[in-house]
Amino acid sequence: MPLFYGTQVSSPMMLGTAQYPSPAILAAAFSASGAGVATVSLRRESGGGQDFLRLIEGLGVVLLPNTAGCHSVKEAVTTAQMARELLRTNWIKLEVIGHGDLLAPDVFGLVEAARELCAQGFKVFPYCTEDLSVCDQLLRAGCEVLMPWGAPIGSGLGLNNLLGLKALRAAFRDVPMVIDAGIGRPSHAAAAMELGFDAVLLNTAVAKAGDPVTMARAMAQALDAGRAAYLSDPIEPREMATPSTPVIGKAFLQ
Amino acid sequence: MKLTINGDPQEIHATTLAEALAALELSEARVATALNGIFVPADARAATALSPGDSLEIVAPMQGG
Repeated sequence: MPLFYGTQVSSPMMLGTAQYPSPAILAAAFSASGAGVATVSLRRESGGGQDFLRLIEGLGVVLLPNTAGCHSVKEAVTTAQMARELLRTNWIKLEVIGHGDLLAPDVFGLVEAARELCAQGFKVFPYCTEDLSVCDQLLRAGCEVLMPWGAPIGSGLGLNNLLGLKALRAAFRDVPMVIDAGIGRPSHAAAAMELGFDAVLLNTAVAKAGDPVTMARAMAQALDAGRAAYLSDPIEPREMATPSTPVIGKAFLQ
Repeated sequence: MKLTINGDPQEIHATTLAEALAALELSEARVATALNGIFVPADARAATALSPGDSLEIVAPMQGG
């Protein structure tokens, strides 16, 4: 199971808490998923925050607050500071968003914010691209986990840059990596695990499915299958057929 | 005094951040605060003076991905 900053979590699934049809379905989806980590945001208190806090603290999972929606280093750092006090955790999923259409990370601001937060004692989980230089900079800034996107947030497109993700996995073999964003189907989640990623962070694919609870279970099964496949050293694809049945010993029947 | 609280202009009887939370009936709530974009830890609220026109953000955990 994944090890993040010295803490072993109980599942390769990290699950978001947004967009479920109801709090009861959220709780049931978490139960079905076996997720070890739940992501939450910080928003202006307008009456619902205290009930939500009780709900998520009752899930029995590790909470990972995010800086979703922050477009500047200052906003992200201040949000992280508030999250640390509120949820009593040093963990922060760091998002510094650069472009609204794709919700793509502003990788320059991300590295700067990561450096600042690591210096302040945070355990930073940076939502990043699969760019090797950016990821190298994040590690130098003090991050011990990377969270490259599979595809834009909420798009459900899966792993958009297979080559880049494979290269990233190969470049930093010992760094725990989570595919964050873009997963739409269990097959995408399995593919991420087959590539050797340690975990997947999902939200929309589960919460917006017609049956979120069943989808949560399907994702969990896919993650387990993908992880087992990775550990079992799968064959490499090839372009020509190779017979699986022995050729020697075939009867001569002409 | 007149403050902007979570984006809304409000007239509130308070001279410190702790008093503002009390006036909003949020003294007991688990919330985090920032004054003019700067985080104010819970134990510093009582000693944090407010000035007219200050912008106060009061946040709680919410749904997120």
